[in-house]
Amino acid sequence: MFDWFAVIGRNTVDFLARLGAEFLLFLQTVKGFYALIWRPSLVIQQLFSIGVRSMLIIIVSGFFVGMVLGLQGYNTLVDFGAEESLGVMVALSLVRELGPVVTALLFAGRAGSALTAEIGLMKATEQLSGLEMMAINPVERILAPRLLAGIISMPLLAAMFSSVGIFGGYLVGVDLLGVDTGSYWSQMQSNVDFHKDIVNGVIKSAVFGVVVTWIAIYEGYTCLPTSEGVSRSTTRTVVYSALTVLGLDFLLTAIML
Amino acid sequence: MSVNDNNLVRIRDLHFSRGRSKIFDGIDIEIPKGKITAIMGPSGTGKTTLLKLIGGQLKPQKGSIQFHGEEIPTMNTKKLYDARKKMGMLFQSGALLTDMSVFDNIAFPLREHTDLPEVMIRDLVLMKLQAVGLRGARDLRPSQLSGGMARRVAFARAIALDPEMVMFDEPFTGQDPISMGVLVQLIRSMNDSLGLTSVIVSHDIQETLAIADKIYIISQGKIMGHGSPEQMNQSKSPWISQFVHGDADGPVRFHYQACPYKEDLMAECHIE
Repeated sequence: MFDWFAVIGRNTVDFLARLGAEFLLFLQTVKGFYALIWRPSLVIQQLFSIGVRSMLIIIVSGFFVGMVLGLQGYNTLVDFGAEESLGVMVALSLVRELGPVVTALLFAGRAGSALTAEIGLMKATEQLSGLEMMAINPVERILAPRLLAGIISMPLLAAMFSSVGIFGGYLVGVDLLGVDTGSYWSQMQSNVDFHKDIVNGVIKSAVFGVVVTWIAIYEGYTCLPTSEGVSRSTTRTVVYSALTVLGLDFLLTAIML
Repeated sequence: MSVNDNNLVRIRDLHFSRGRSKIFDGIDIEIPKGKITAIMGPSGTGKTTLLKLIGGQLKPQKGSIQFHGEEIPTMNTKKLYDARKKMGMLFQSGALLTDMSVFDNIAFPLREHTDLPEVMIRDLVLMKLQAVGLRGARDLRPSQLSGGMARRVAFARAIALDPEMVMFDEPFTGQDPISMGVLVQLIRSMNDSLGLTSVIVSHDIQETLAIADKIYIISQGKIMGHGSPEQMNQSKSPWISQFVHGDADGPVRFHYQACPYKEDLMAECHIE
């Protein structure tokens, strides 16, 4: 019977130790941001790799999500004679929720898994050890630029997603289904609040950027240096990121409302 | 460290464990300046771990590791990094940065640690590549290099900052005879011409004995023997003799522990 206690106790201690180690590594990585002020090229390289290369999937997905919102929104609103509010509905759905959340999920799948695989393979091929032996801190040189680039990229990608989605909703609602173009834009303009809706959406996407990028980086840095280890870590990155984003979304929405 | 001490690295009473597994159980090693010291032993003995301990990537549970008279395990980060700039390391896999060309890999430590202009860095890199015979391969990527070429590029990178000591982790493993011969000759000639101190971790007997000035043989956490290659070849120790001559049986048994063969065949053997 006491074995149960020992197992629970040991697992709890291990979990807390891992959490503590992860937090310390996070602090070290954030401390590495300072050195990047003098080496912006490192961040710019990662902005291209993480942000620019994710643009295609974000834009295409945003466009289709916007079109679906336009279609579904019109279908529902027309029963209440409120189809002129389609613009508001599409904009608020995207800016408050779908933009940050779907972008974060896509970002985790595309950029997050790539980051984990890259760092994991660097570990497996001893490149990280090589950097240490060349008196270069891998946390500052490898992790910090990627984390900063992820934090910068996410809000920008979420904004692109929402913008393209609004356009997709316009294409379906106005051009295809006949909603008045003036109503679509003017209602959006009067009812979407900059601070309550847009800024909160940006805050959400920034938080998701930190979380998703950090999970990806941490999983890569701590993976087992084998092919199976890298494979498991990339899977964990996507799963943990998705669950964390959805959980945090609820929390942030509850706080912001 | 006394004025007359000719040892660049001094290890005393080193104890290191991984979990419950005792890797080093109180070993003493001295690595003399300007010489090639080989650390040899069976696979899994902890030879690579020893290099990581010397480089400060791991910390021992007990014991002293001195580099230039200063304790490596107790150094702060800045001092440790300063010490590492005086060390080069050639990893078994080469550990080249795969997103850079050969030229950029060798220029990397120069760009990170010096303020030299690009013109001078270019000259230095070409000199290092010339020394290892790969000046024409400067624009290739690591994925385009053969194993032997990758090791030579890694060697060029290890000496980019003109260190005092270079550590080689299994440099001959997986190499064809020609690549091996090239690497053996390079290590010896560079050690002599640059005044390096070299530490080679290997279990390739012939190649290592051909160039080493001093050899340590480690097994089961202890030093089984040390001395010059001639002393190792003529050693009366059955263990060293088995290792150096590659005998299948000896103190390290060929057969894994089992009950007598006849009993096993007759199904009379009971394993507890």
